[in-house]
Amino acid sequence: MAVEQDQILDGLTKGEYKFGFYTDIETDVIPKGLNEDVIRMISEKKQEPDWMLEFRLKAYRHWLTMKMPRWAHLQIPEINFQDIIYYAAPKQKAKLASLDEVDPELKATFDKLGIPLEEQKHLAGVAVDAVMDSVSVKTTFKETLADLGIIFCSFSEAIREHPELVKKYMGSVVPYTDNYFAALNSAVFSDGSFCYIPKGVRCPMELSTYFRINAANTGQFERTLLIADTDAYVSYLEGCTAPMRDENQLHAAVVELVALERAEIKYSTVQNWYPGDREGKGGIYNFVTKRGICKGDYSKISWTQVETGSAITWKYPSVILRGNNTSGEFYSVAVTNNHQQADTGTKMIHIGKNSRSRIVSKGISAGHSNNSYRGLVKITKGAENCRNYTQCDSLLLGDKCGAHTFPYIEVDNQSSVVEHEATTSKIGEDQIFYCNQRGISTEDAVGLIVNGYAREVLNKLPMEFAVEAQKLLQISLEGSVG
Amino acid sequence: MLIIRNLKVKIEGKEILKGINLEVKPGEVHAIMGPNGSGKSTLASVIAGRDFAEITEGEVLFDGENLLSMPAEERARKGIFLGFQYPVEIPGVSMVNFLRTALNEHRKYKGLEPVSASDFLKLMRQKAELVEMDSQLTGRSVNEGFSGGEKKRNEIFQMAVLEPRLAILDETDSGLDIDALRIVAKGVNKLRSPHNATILITHYQRLLDYIVPDFVHVLYNGRIVRSAGKELALELEKKGYEWIKEENEA
Repeated sequence: MAVEQDQILDGLTKGEYKFGFYTDIETDVIPKGLNEDVIRMISEKKQEPDWMLEFRLKAYRHWLTMKMPRWAHLQIPEINFQDIIYYAAPKQKAKLASLDEVDPELKATFDKLGIPLEEQKHLAGVAVDAVMDSVSVKTTFKETLADLGIIFCSFSEAIREHPELVKKYMGSVVPYTDNYFAALNSAVFSDGSFCYIPKGVRCPMELSTYFRINAANTGQFERTLLIADTDAYVSYLEGCTAPMRDENQLHAAVVELVALERAEIKYSTVQNWYPGDREGKGGIYNFVTKRGICKGDYSKISWTQVETGSAITWKYPSVILRGNNTSGEFYSVAVTNNHQQADTGTKMIHIGKNSRSRIVSKGISAGHSNNSYRGLVKITKGAENCRNYTQCDSLLLGDKCGAHTFPYIEVDNQSSVVEHEATTSKIGEDQIFYCNQRGISTEDAVGLIVNGYAREVLNKLPMEFAVEAQKLLQISLEGSVG
Repeated sequence: MLIIRNLKVKIEGKEILKGINLEVKPGEVHAIMGPNGSGKSTLASVIAGRDFAEITEGEVLFDGENLLSMPAEERARKGIFLGFQYPVEIPGVSMVNFLRTALNEHRKYKGLEPVSASDFLKLMRQKAELVEMDSQLTGRSVNEGFSGGEKKRNEIFQMAVLEPRLAILDETDSGLDIDALRIVAKGVNKLRSPHNATILITHYQRLLDYIVPDFVHVLYNGRIVRSAGKELALELEKKGYEWIKEENEA
């Protein structure tokens, strides 16, 4: 019977990566390698002010003193940082009539990815910042949002136009000293999105960033900074894809969220970087630092992530609950198939009194993959009456994959309550047969069961994306489940 | 419609079915009775296509086609329905989503368009009434948190929606109180037609008070040892299975 199940699993894992194409567009690249001159070159290309270059150099010098983290449950091959191109910008062809225009070639690329850059064609109520390789290609609905005082633009533009905000908040949640990849990102980051929601404004549309790696031998290092001022609200979504290549490519991003008093930030990710082929060749190394701070009282930050791509994922979207009565949430579905590896989870750091956090993690492993949940719940001495609830489920498809859980709980006072629940299950043969008997094929049955399993998390995504994410889950597991 | 000839089945090396012969024609209701461990559920699962047993001999034909070479989902789409003895729970998958997916697979197989959301909800309501099922249940996850009786009723409800040509109800009466039994039986009776057939697998005669079979077969030790009309069930009820055992071991 076990053999049968393996066959079913094998058959199921023939899923193809749908975004693996490459756009042949002229690209402005700098030579391979990493040193202070390269950092100066990046800064110069972006015509940055001195303070920005200083920040980069400080980060770089610090990075040189650091070592690659080896504590995760991951097999990470040696990365030659001198063999990576740190800046690649698609060249916009010819002269465009207005600044708002986008090279047709680039437009076609994003069309193909289902991300139209013309506002009228776009999903109603979603504004997009489209980033390809090292630069932001286009940000839609900028003017509409500006009427409300909302700033939504590329990070480069924010450095030019809103230096006071960038200076104040950049590195305030994830300092460049934080970890190896955050330091690297701080030194070489090229673009990303910036968003500021002023006092009392509820952002009327979903904001989103779409990241696309296109050029070969490059790394992508983007940075996102999102600030919700007092009583502001914003829902933000990021998506990402990359071409299929045999070499691994490095993606090391930093995301910082700042929520002031009574502000609320909802941040959703659908991560679909190229995962490598069935034998584990190629794919993106996704080493990302995401952290938010609930700075003001009664503020709230909620992370939702659907992780299906990347060869290796190292990622822990966290919340520092500094204000009193703040709330942090982490909802995650992480799928690994074939030879993918993921070590992902969250940190909830309770500093404010009466702060609450909720963690719902659903891991799904198939093929020869390894999927780990790693989470820290820390309640400091002064953080009285705090509450955490953690639910951590693993679903195994097949018998060659692994699911691991590494929960860390530190509670330094008597008045707080921490709960942790964990389950591990396999898709039952009897569940599949039940579906078969109703006329549903094994592949569809697995999709149905997996989506049911992940539903609590998928329900947290904005509606338009929940459907996409559902399809993505199914595709990621095609040919993988039993 | 269904023809079983000399079917022999092994599970983990042990012969469970030792040469079953059975023919079911459209419009007929057959009851298969027998003591525990006689092979009743194995027979139901083999017809439905559960891949757990080794078929060593014999054949099973459905409308003249070899059923044994078809995957379970294809058998289902051809109109074979198994009412499970122990329906499984599928957390997070709503009944609506599950059954609509199933119905659309059946329709696709017949070359029909998928059913629209509003038509489907109408159909659900109508069929739920048939088995007096609380419409709340259809909004919940498949069998999750259902009581034993609700699960069984849910099986008949699914059967009503999918309208199979051959329904095999495996111990659908077990664990039901008398009211639930009456409701389940009423559902089955309403769905009876000259075009479809039913195989009732049961331990007790009491279900047959409500669903009157055309034939009763006694399965004992992997063989059908006796076949007759509905009166056989009453005789069994009176004399118990010991009578069959003695007769067959004598």
